[in-house]
Amino acid sequence: MIGLSIAYFYSCALLAVLGALGVVFSKNPIRSAMGLLLLILSVAGLFLSLHAQFLAAVQLIVYAGAVVILFLFVIMLLGPTAVTSNDHSGRWSRAFGGGLFAIAGFAAIGVVRSAGAGAGAPAPLGAPDSAFGGIGAFGDILFSDALVPFELSSALLMVAVVGAVAVARGRQGERTLSKSELETGATFSPAPEVAHSGVFSHESSGAQTLAVASTATPTEDPVR
Amino acid sequence: MIPVGHYIILSSVIFVLGGLGFLVRRNVLVALMSIDVMLNAVNLALVAFNRAHLRAGRLQAYPGQSHTGQIFAFFVIAVEAAEVAVGLAIVLSLFRLTRTVRSDEAHLLRN
Repeated sequence: MIGLSIAYFYSCALLAVLGALGVVFSKNPIRSAMGLLLLILSVAGLFLSLHAQFLAAVQLIVYAGAVVILFLFVIMLLGPTAVTSNDHSGRWSRAFGGGLFAIAGFAAIGVVRSAGAGAGAPAPLGAPDSAFGGIGAFGDILFSDALVPFELSSALLMVAVVGAVAVARGRQGERTLSKSELETGATFSPAPEVAHSGVFSHESSGAQTLAVASTATPTEDPVR
Repeated sequence: MIPVGHYIILSSVIFVLGGLGFLVRRNVLVALMSIDVMLNAVNLALVAFNRAHLRAGRLQAYPGQSHTGQIFAFFVIAVEAAEVAVGLAIVLSLFRLTRTVRSDEAHLLRN
């Protein structure tokens, strides 16, 4: 029984570290997303071994069911441009920053290890209730003590959805860089002299928006 | 039973890997995924500490053992979902503007 739980922990830990390595060191973002999926699944397994059954279910639903799928949708929407080519500009500064962070992080891990070694044998963990980490306990706490942050998180998600739609949709008739401008290395310049009376004033100036859309080679069809 | 220090060390290894990916990788999508990796590591540490420090709760609605770390991890998951939605929208907007997802091509505000 003890050996089984130890084997479970180490296999989940190995898979989690492999998933994190896959996220960081894959060339293809699809493989990074698959590494993230592996990490999420093994962290859900570790949650189960820590008596957090409801959190394991939430982890599977939210991360594996929504976040990874959203990443995959965006990667497939971007197509082959999602894979960035490998040039070496600025590689030394990036390697310096990453190396410094890694050294500091592993030094912190060493401090944790030495602190644990000085304390002698670790204290045995107490036995949890049968209701610990279950959905009943979570519901009782979420709707009594954690009610205010729970409602605030629903407001946060609402605002995030509205913001995501507003940012991803963009303005109608927005000018983007065309292919020839990209090849000649031109930088982004604002749309040619259209009198915007406000940031979102495209309803009031429909004719001007149409004129911009016809001259500025939009890369997407207007929705309306 | 696995001592809680093992979970903490595993969580810090995963956190360091995620931070390394965020600093080193230039693909914006991979940087967002590295943020997810770091948040997962934090969640693991929170849940492990909650398991290690079981105490009687002081709530009237739930008199059982305290769930503070797990509740915190729950809210971290909610915030993280919002962050991914907004972040991917920004990535799409950046791609529409510059036709690339490299983070060093995003210099539209540079003089």
